[in-house]
Amino acid sequence: MRGLIAYVLVAGGLATVLSGCGGGGGLTVINLYNAPQENLSKIVERCNELAEGRYRIALNTLPRDADGQREQMVRRLAASDPGMDVLGIDVTWTAELASANWILPWPDDLREQAEKGVLKAPLETATYEDELYAAPYNTNVQLLWYRTDLMPEPAETWNDLIKTAGRLADEGEPHYVEVTGAQYEGLVVWFNSMIASAGGSILNDAGDRVELGKPAVTAMRQIRDFATSAAANPSLSNTQEDTARLAMESGAAFAQLNWPFVFASMVGNRPDLAENFAWAPYPGIDGPGKAPLGGANFAISAYSEHPTEAFDAALCLRDDESQLMAAVNDGLPPTIESVYADPAMADPYPMRDAILEAIKTAAPRPVTPVYQNVSTVTSALLSPPRGIDPAGDERRLAEQLKDALESRGVLP
Amino acid sequence: MTGSGDVKAAERRLGLWLCAPAAIFMVLVAGWPILYSIWLSFNRYDLRFPQDQQWVGLENYLTVLTNEFWWTAFGITVLITVVSVSIELVLGMGLAIVMHRTLVGRGLIRTVVLIPYGIVTVVAAFGWFYAWTPGTGWLAALLPDGSAPLTEQWPAILIIIGAEVWKTTPFMALLLLAGLALVPDELSRAAAMDGAGRWKRFVKITLPLMRPAIAVALLFRTLDAFRIYDNIFILTKGAQNTGSVSIITYTNLVSGLNLGIGSTMSVLIFITVAIIAFIFVKVFKTGTPGTEGRR
Repeated sequence: MRGLIAYVLVAGGLATVLSGCGGGGGLTVINLYNAPQENLSKIVERCNELAEGRYRIALNTLPRDADGQREQMVRRLAASDPGMDVLGIDVTWTAELASANWILPWPDDLREQAEKGVLKAPLETATYEDELYAAPYNTNVQLLWYRTDLMPEPAETWNDLIKTAGRLADEGEPHYVEVTGAQYEGLVVWFNSMIASAGGSILNDAGDRVELGKPAVTAMRQIRDFATSAAANPSLSNTQEDTARLAMESGAAFAQLNWPFVFASMVGNRPDLAENFAWAPYPGIDGPGKAPLGGANFAISAYSEHPTEAFDAALCLRDDESQLMAAVNDGLPPTIESVYADPAMADPYPMRDAILEAIKTAAPRPVTPVYQNVSTVTSALLSPPRGIDPAGDERRLAEQLKDALESRGVLP
Repeated sequence: MTGSGDVKAAERRLGLWLCAPAAIFMVLVAGWPILYSIWLSFNRYDLRFPQDQQWVGLENYLTVLTNEFWWTAFGITVLITVVSVSIELVLGMGLAIVMHRTLVGRGLIRTVVLIPYGIVTVVAAFGWFYAWTPGTGWLAALLPDGSAPLTEQWPAILIIIGAEVWKTTPFMALLLLAGLALVPDELSRAAAMDGAGRWKRFVKITLPLMRPAIAVALLFRTLDAFRIYDNIFILTKGAQNTGSVSIITYTNLVSGLNLGIGSTMSVLIFITVAIIAFIFVKVFKTGTPGTEGRR
């Protein structure tokens, strides 16, 4: 009896394995690995139809958190896993994956198609050492979101925000400005934007030397001043994107620095507050600020067994139509400029001109293979924001980044 | 005489031959990775800079041993090890005595005590994680509003120690129970006749006789606790300076893709574990239970 059961189990297992191999009847399967995106499967379906049987894209969803996504990808890439073809990568991973020879540079003819009509800032996030390593898919940019009933004219600088907060506090009104101050990538995004607004950068353009210096000290001082002012929520050092959104929806804050997803959420959750909910450019230090830039692109794994089909699939997944679908269905801002002019964009994106404007001056994060180190040590040093020691922390950060560039950096 | 000597030698040879496959297998699956990571630790080997791989001698060791993150993690690990193993020893001894003395429902009690040890650590850690998460957790609900203990260093470390103690006290109790079985009842009764109280009998008779078992239990648990990883990974991921040496090694090796630095850290953990074992064996004369008498 037991023998029979074992036999059945083994036979069943074999059948599963065999049918797995034969799945699709010899059709080339292109495995797409991407962060969770609710309606991505519709885009995949459309591209599968357009492929007319040359290949079939299979959608594989990565973990929700960015670290988990990156970890799963790099572990498999380090093991030369041929099971991944198209990779949806965050804008900050391009240099790392390219430098490790894990993703393919785009050949000239395909590169031309992938770059056509794409905004400059998102395009640069997909480029490393003059090669295009990923096709720009979606971009993202932070704006200042505020309540017109509490701040009739949007603040242009961080000091304006601090002053307004002081006035509102005296009047007994909500006086917090929400910003991502928790010890994670959000704090790096904030600092990177501040240092760009102060006229500097974390690393040089080539990504092989530490810059920091005076602009970094200015940026750190401004962050600390904000964190110790009436504008700072006491839980600033625990605030991430979603905490910031919720604080504003609960009525505790009069402004927040955040990605455009907060707009649809406010309209849906608090229609009463949404009436006075407006957006403005990201504030600066002396003048206009440089907004944080985000987004994701499609790269082709160097271990893909079907690179030709994979390039083709990636091109389709990011074409005008796909980007419009992503923008309308999932709220992801397009990287192709002409898509913004599409009439279908007007309703979900009333702020689309502000986004376009902000993207043109946005501050990209450092382009370097050791971005993981840059991000981890920066957020560790700057946390909590109210405890920043500008001159000392600038020196410490410079030392740790220098070590990281020489592979001697230790991650906490 | 010579005949029996020949037989002995033959048996010995046969024994070695029988052991050989296992020994060779061990060398392949354990020896080679260890040697490989020692080799990696002497190299600049960063997957992000494949063209810059080179022999750097002891540079990685210098980097790690002068790094504040490493020593913070080391200190946290030692703290967690010492505190949790001490608590486990006391609680485990209590449980062992209860299990040893119980007359009714012995099987049931032993089963109940062993349940925490039977639950997968990651599953148990998730249980603690959600219990301490504000909004969803029954333990977090007992705290004042707005407290998020897992986001602060000391509360988080206490929670980690708590999870560790809850999980492995049964293991400690089991090892100590085996030791308790070695204590002959007659000795205790004789001491009682001579007027020794419960406490005196425990300290003067039970503990000394249990010493080998206690030492083994401490050795096992110390080595285990020093390599703590899963509880921390689930509870805090090492944030707010709660990472152990294993966590920091994983971060550098897997997230950081720096095989040189990461391997250096694993070699250092290996050395530390070897030193702990050496101290236990040489200083506390730990053997397997029962070998003491034969020495």
